Amino acid sequence: MNRLGAATVVAAAIFAIGAPFFLKPFGIFLISMWAVQTIAAMGLNLTLGYAGQVSLAQGAFVGIGAYTVAMLTQGGFPFALAFVAAGGLCFVIGWILGYPALRVQHHYLAFVTLAFTTLVFLVLRNEEWLTNGIYGINGVARPAFFGWSTRGALDFYFFSLGTLAALSGATWWMLRSPWGRAFVALRENPIRALSLGLDTRRYTLMAFAIGSSLGGLSGGLYAPLVQFIEPGSFALGMSFNLLLMVIVGGSGYFFGPFIGALIAVLLPEWLRITQGYYLIVYAGLVMAMMAFCPSGILGLIDRTLKLATRSGRTAPVLGPEGIGP
Amino acid sequence: MASFIQLLVSGLATGAIYALIAVGFTLLWQTSQTINFAQGEFVMLPAFFILAAMNAGAPFWLASLIGIILAVVILGLLFKIVIVDPMLRYGVLPLVISTIALSLFLRESAKDLYSSQAQPFPALVPATDIHFLGAVISTQSLVVLAVAIATIVALHLLLNKTRLGRAMQATAQNPTLALILGVPVRRMVLYTFLINAVLVAIASILVSPIYLAKFSNGETLGTAAFIAAIIGGFNQVRGAILGGVILGVLDNLSAAYLSSQYRGAFPLLILIAIILLRPQGLLGRSAERTV
Repeated sequence: MNRLGAATVVAAAIFAIGAPFFLKPFGIFLISMWAVQTIAAMGLNLTLGYAGQVSLAQGAFVGIGAYTVAMLTQGGFPFALAFVAAGGLCFVIGWILGYPALRVQHHYLAFVTLAFTTLVFLVLRNEEWLTNGIYGINGVARPAFFGWSTRGALDFYFFSLGTLAALSGATWWMLRSPWGRAFVALRENPIRALSLGLDTRRYTLMAFAIGSSLGGLSGGLYAPLVQFIEPGSFALGMSFNLLLMVIVGGSGYFFGPFIGALIAVLLPEWLRITQGYYLIVYAGLVMAMMAFCPSGILGLIDRTLKLATRSGRTAPVLGPEGIGP
Repeated sequence: MASFIQLLVSGLATGAIYALIAVGFTLLWQTSQTINFAQGEFVMLPAFFILAAMNAGAPFWLASLIGIILAVVILGLLFKIVIVDPMLRYGVLPLVISTIALSLFLRESAKDLYSSQAQPFPALVPATDIHFLGAVISTQSLVVLAVAIATIVALHLLLNKTRLGRAMQATAQNPTLALILGVPVRRMVLYTFLINAVLVAIASILVSPIYLAKFSNGETLGTAAFIAAIIGGFNQVRGAILGGVILGVLDNLSAAYLSSQYRGAFPLLILIAIILLRPQGLLGRSAERTV
């Protein structure tokens, strides 16, 4: 990553820390939602941006994580344990789900995950003894650590932001480790990666499983944030939304999901003037973007900067080559 | 036994509709590698064209004709030119995303511009029942079956017995070779989009009296079509037909005999089983892997 990119990230971090002091409670809720959704979108970016697989199950993993945390904390277990369990469970389920789908052609994961999302929704809705069915789970408690209670909106935002920072740090580190470079290889040139002896299928599966566990962790924060969860929130709509976030921000760019999630959280508020037509406008914008700039907003910025510098050497901002050697 | 026959016939009727949708879906895939995630919404929409035409005073037959023509222009021609063509050079993935966005776009448009309530839709024949071996079979199911079979037979004749159809098959199998042999490949690809539009419009006319015309119908129908196509085999028209029929029958039987709560789950379990055991589908040829 070059100096311009680093400066942008530092400025964004300062903004993220300072912003809530100038916001009303609803604004703080929105940016908390941004932090939570970014974690899920970051996980999906591993699957989509690095392994090139469309997953329509990220919303279901958020749901599994949310229900795990809600049920475990209400059963008396500490939050930290429930949170880790949510991530672990989603990792295992992701592995089991991805294994058959990734054995065959590339578009099958999309269909399997589509089916999986519907199955998860049906189980959450029908198994009333376990999940309380359509009535959902009410009053999910916000955690407290060593005397610091996150019950207040501001406290919970900083808790979410801290978790986001820790998880994105871990993901960044993973992508830079010798082992994680394989993911970059997958994105840059899967055929070359294969001929260099990388087991691409295993790495694709790994990317999907890690991405799923990030979805579960995001759900682990989602439940205490909204404090009321019900099956309908985790139906196909959420998975679509997360997918669009990654695409709009720029899939394969490390910071793409951050921007995509910000847009997805703020755009409904900005487009409030369009009233009910918000989703039509949003879908139209996504289609236009896919036609003109399929690499998303960061891709667009990247391209503009390249044109601006005009030098023979390309100047990647936060994107593909930014994480490379 | 009587109830089994009833369920079987209504299952076959549902299956025939799924088959129509799935056939169009596989045609697009075969000729242009388009995975149309908006296929379900493509079925939902023509019903609203027809209702709008009827609101304007047209009789049902004329409205249906207008609906089919609008479907061909909007869901065939415009879809090809505006959405698919600019995206093809980017490969499969952006087009998948774009059709997902398109499905959202069409669903919300139908909801906001027409109605969010389910709309009654005229049936092709008045609802009467036929008694057969003690079973009560609705004429509606039989008409649905008849129309669907006639459509599939017509498509089969077009694809296999005419020069045009064989040119389209050549395009699907090997576009480069077809081009060398003088087949206007681009036009053939366009034709498959138009055929898909006709198929979804017919499916819309058949399914809407049963499910009512509702903006959210597409989700179920689209998923059913994907699953049918995968069960039967993605690269075969007859695979899609078989998959659709299996799905419709199993859906009805499992809802009646196993669990209606998990009605939606059985097709998905079959899907996962098929992908595990026979990923090329029941009738599909295993496609050579693109590296």
